[in-house]
Amino acid sequence: MSFFKDLDLRKLPMQLLVASIITLSVSAIGMVELFGGRFVITGLFTMAQILFLGPTAFFAYRAAQEAPEGKKWQGMIKALLLGVGVGLVMVVFVWLAQNLDVRSIFINISPRLINILTFEHAGGATTLFIALVLSALAGGALALVPDKLRNALLVGAGVTLLVGLLSEILAERLRSLFGSQLSSAIIASKALQVVPAAVLFLLVAGISYMRQSGRIGKVGPTLKPSQTKIVRTALISLLLLVLPMLLGSYLTEVTNNIGLFFLMGLGLNIVVGLAGLLDLGYVAFFAIGAYTMAALTSTGHLGLAGISFWVALPICVAVAAMAGFILGMPVLRMRGDYLAIVTLGFGEIIRILALSDLMKPYIGGAQGILNIPKPMVGELALIRPEQMYYVILIGVAIAMFMSTRVRDSQIGRRWMAMREDEDVAEAMGINLVNTKLLAFTIGAGFSGLAGAIFASKLGSIFPHSFNLLISINVLSLIIVGGLGSIPGTLVGAIILVGLPELLREFAEFRWLAYGVLLVTMMLNRPEGFIPSEVIKRELHAGDEAEQAG
Amino acid sequence: MRDRLRKLDFIDLFLWIVRAAIVAVILIGTVKTILSNPYTLRNWEDFIIFGIAQGSMYALIAIGYTLVYGVLQMINFAHGEFFMSGIFASTSAVAIPLARAGYLASHPIPSLLLIALCSILISIAISLLTERIAYRPLRHAPRLMPLITAIGASFFWQYYFRGLFGSQVIPFPDIPQLEGTVPFLHTFVLKSHVLVIFVTLVVLVGLNFFITSTRPGKAIRAVAENKDVAALMGINVNRTISLTFATGAAMAGVAGMLYALVFHQVHFFMGFIPGIKAFTAAVLGGIGSIPGAAVGGLFLGLFESLGPSLFLQSLGIPAFNQLKDVIAFTMLVLVLIFRPQGIVGERLKEKKA
Amino acid sequence: MSKRFLALIAVLVAGLVLAACGGGGASSAAFECTDEIGCVEVAAGAPIRIASALVISGPNADLGLDSQHGVEIAIEFKGDVLGHPVELQAEDDGCSAEGGQTAGQKIVSDPSIVAIIGTSCSGAGVPLAQIASDAGYAVVSPSNTAPSLTDPAQAWKPGYLRTAHNDKVQGAAMADFAYNTLGLTTAAAIHDGDPYTEGLANAFREAFEAEGGTVVAFTAVNVGDTDMRPVLTSIAASAGGAPEFLFFPVFTAECAHLATQSLEVAGLEDAVRGAADGCFSAAAAEAIGSASAGMYFSGPDLAFSGDTYTNFAAAYQSNFGSAPLSVFHAHAFDATNMVFACIEEVAKQSDGALLIGRQDLRDCLYATSGFAGITGSLTCNEYGDCADPKIAVYEIQSGDYVAIWP
Repeated sequence: MSFFKDLDLRKLPMQLLVASIITLSVSAIGMVELFGGRFVITGLFTMAQILFLGPTAFFAYRAAQEAPEGKKWQGMIKALLLGVGVGLVMVVFVWLAQNLDVRSIFINISPRLINILTFEHAGGATTLFIALVLSALAGGALALVPDKLRNALLVGAGVTLLVGLLSEILAERLRSLFGSQLSSAIIASKALQVVPAAVLFLLVAGISYMRQSGRIGKVGPTLKPSQTKIVRTALISLLLLVLPMLLGSYLTEVTNNIGLFFLMGLGLNIVVGLAGLLDLGYVAFFAIGAYTMAALTSTGHLGLAGISFWVALPICVAVAAMAGFILGMPVLRMRGDYLAIVTLGFGEIIRILALSDLMKPYIGGAQGILNIPKPMVGELALIRPEQMYYVILIGVAIAMFMSTRVRDSQIGRRWMAMREDEDVAEAMGINLVNTKLLAFTIGAGFSGLAGAIFASKLGSIFPHSFNLLISINVLSLIIVGGLGSIPGTLVGAIILVGLPELLREFAEFRWLAYGVLLVTMMLNRPEGFIPSEVIKRELHAGDEAEQAG
Repeated sequence: MRDRLRKLDFIDLFLWIVRAAIVAVILIGTVKTILSNPYTLRNWEDFIIFGIAQGSMYALIAIGYTLVYGVLQMINFAHGEFFMSGIFASTSAVAIPLARAGYLASHPIPSLLLIALCSILISIAISLLTERIAYRPLRHAPRLMPLITAIGASFFWQYYFRGLFGSQVIPFPDIPQLEGTVPFLHTFVLKSHVLVIFVTLVVLVGLNFFITSTRPGKAIRAVAENKDVAALMGINVNRTISLTFATGAAMAGVAGMLYALVFHQVHFFMGFIPGIKAFTAAVLGGIGSIPGAAVGGLFLGLFESLGPSLFLQSLGIPAFNQLKDVIAFTMLVLVLIFRPQGIVGERLKEKKA
Repeated sequence: MSKRFLALIAVLVAGLVLAACGGGGASSAAFECTDEIGCVEVAAGAPIRIASALVISGPNADLGLDSQHGVEIAIEFKGDVLGHPVELQAEDDGCSAEGGQTAGQKIVSDPSIVAIIGTSCSGAGVPLAQIASDAGYAVVSPSNTAPSLTDPAQAWKPGYLRTAHNDKVQGAAMADFAYNTLGLTTAAAIHDGDPYTEGLANAFREAFEAEGGTVVAFTAVNVGDTDMRPVLTSIAASAGGAPEFLFFPVFTAECAHLATQSLEVAGLEDAVRGAADGCFSAAAAEAIGSASAGMYFSGPDLAFSGDTYTNFAAAYQSNFGSAPLSVFHAHAFDATNMVFACIEEVAKQSDGALLIGRQDLRDCLYATSGFAGITGSLTCNEYGDCADPKIAVYEIQSGDYVAIWP
């Protein structure tokens, strides 16, 4: 039995446990059932199958990878054991579900789920077992493949899967750009067709392989760095200008939402990222901007002035900034988490007042304010998302310009000094009160701008749109993107606002996926997607301080 | 320096105006209410008892926040979900099957203890899992990072449990022995409220003993004081932090059980609002302090229950009960302006946010 | 940012701009669309696609899932429409205005969708109605009840209809029942800040006062509140005396709290309690439990529909593992069938393919008259109010809702 000598199985029970729990979970919470009929590649496999076979393959791969150099075959044994283990667990699960009344407790363990798990035929438990073992072996085998090829295969599979997942939106784009024939040749009722999928897979895997081997060199003419910058700016501007035409109305709508959250993110970035003041009630200023816009422009019975969007816009920003100034004052002396809960309270106070019967005669209470006109350019009302896009684009451009300038100015440095250490900053002659108030005021102004555009874009506003989740979402996106970093904020907005929108199919599991996304992203990139240089340095400084103190 | 003082004066002036305004509204409202006296003595006693019962639950949940904060200086946003998961799962998977089998009716006390035990264990399991996966790897990252994973974990658990047990309101079986009232002063107190207040007191006393007088409790305090020194003293910091989470989650599990007994229903979203309220309570009392959490919870419960009727009713505000959270948060601001460290909290060491 | 990246952007921009200009609908010219706002063509064997935009995430998910289940059962019962299977594109309205807007944009970006069933929440309905109307789609909501949505001076848009009853109808029915049938003259109404409950509570107040009764307290709680005793105590002590009737048209969780706790508050022990269809589900009945004695629920009258509803309920149980989650499943079922009936009426057929004119479809829907649904006999008016305003009042007898009025 020397063959099995020093086969290290200590980690296997844990891996087996985790893989089993994940597989059981995706089944029991209803994800598998939801995606049971959803083919990723027509006729080949469904999302559900990826969900209940994927974890086993993944953990088998992880287990196999740990095998010592020169004894890679041990990996296959581990993978096999893992596959058998998960297989047995799932067979027991299927048996229990078929023979006991588990559905009265676990509402989603339905006969249909069992059908899907057993590949729609009687005695399918064996099939399920074999499928799990095979996926484990496939995962294990992947660990044996040379690195380059494995990476290429994974990239290819990943991209193909992603395209399969987003196929619904892609199909719509293909149809309107290239006509319905091409579209249906590639994507049929939400799933990739087999041949295009294979082509895509081979293409991506091939390119990835070649790139790793350095066989694809640089293409394009050589430019000087300064020229590159000009060309890059020009191209990006052009792309931004024509974006709505490429994206169509739905994706433009999504882009608009990303834009609004990006706007808010830029503002909160000043408050949290630069000045280091944790604000959990940022939605208050968004609400104030929106309600100001609604009250000033609405043509309904709650409209006060009936002025145009463009006249009202600066007023909204000013009102929101003013609110930031006023709300900023009581909290100036509070540090850290006290600030967080007090600002959270402000956000809630504003929301509750907005929906209260007390304020109903002025701002509509629960019934909100209706009939908010769209912005007008001459005679043209900007109704379509493709038109609203440009309003938001201008807003974002101004806000980006302002926040870059502010960040690089003396004020920006004061903020950062304050974030680093309030006492030292004060000793250096920085007026903490003014500096904090300024951060609050500017941040609130940005949020007010976003709110004003939001109100006009929607045409009607209700207090329920201004809940704590917005504050949380904005805070998450600036941290996920990279605190203090402007491109990071954009990336954060795309990931946390755009992605959930594109994954609408996940229905009620969207928020579950959002939670997983937040956790995995923070674990893998704690400093954010595009961290700012200063924060990176701070992270290290923090480490040193930790060691020293 | 003089310039700074002048600025501070302006801020101070504003803060004094804010204080004066809030206090004035409260006083005018209170005096008017007392003069017009719409309520009987019995009503006032009821308000106070409702407030104490609700506050007890806040206090139990707030302890979880405060313990974790004391040790890690981290806002554990997912704590409301620890509270939800325990009782939501044990109602669906234990209480209802027991009730269907008739065992709950025939043996209410063992059944309730079993349900409570399950609730506590599930809450603890979820908290340990969350700590291990989402918080521990970020122990040395800036403090905003675990805040985000906590938010992520919160969403995840909400929708995970919703997936397991459904999105409906699930009624907790009636316990006939706990229905009805007992006389007290001029009024009658619900038996379930008596139970809540009693259990909370017992648990708080037990917790206090645990923290001050047992080895693991001392370890928690040592780690809260200084992790590195605690490690040098031979304390296993990781295990102690897990223990802290487990203790907080156990309190949440108990709170969940009491919640189910008082309110007779559970659902997957039930942790969100109590979570925020308990966080508020923890800050109100002085975050990081266990007596603070208890006092903060109690005060918050009283503000919510008494506040609208006492302060707002006679000011002619329509639907004044709708504004109870406004009162709660305004009182929070007021307390923090007067006492930035909370009602009973010690002044925090100047730790950075 | 390498040059490769630049080249990529350049190629992308150039290629897609060209495509955007050069592409466009290349439809097979089997049919000629004469409809003024466009047509949907369904190829032979292809499914007829309808979309739903209901709230299926968040704390109100029950409401929307329930309606979505109604749509799904309608599709299952119907089988094929003119030889075509029906495919549902289910979207989430998020129960918010912005959710309704994105869901609406998503749906109208797909020209193969024939009609929209949605939204759940009136707040989401306002922007969605606007978008769908501009894009030429027909929207039938199974659950919007806000009066503003069918008021052309406020939020009504051409193409919008609903099978849910206007709040005014239900509020008036409950007031009528409480004042005339039960003979109660003082009442209190409680809402939870949701537009639906607030509207309904207001409608009740107006109707009750018009009948001659007195509303001694009109107040509100917050969604997510659990301890209702303080608010109930202050109602019991209101200036006009403790009300004889307590109306709280809120949703299951808060409704059950109010129902059970009102019995524990001094002065309200004997008050008759009323709730509306937000509290009309098996879960609600169970959560209210023994507190249901002396409590009445207004809701759509489903008693007369006979077999269809029985079959419906059975299918619901077996497909989704529970009794109906909320109240608007029947309205959704009817809304879907109304759309099917109109598709059958207006579609032009040729070689198994269909051509559905969007304006024709709208006209047909607005012309719906005497349509036999499970919520009653539906007749639409010119602003899309189609509900047969049959409101019944129920009480819970051993766990089941039993209609006792009219």
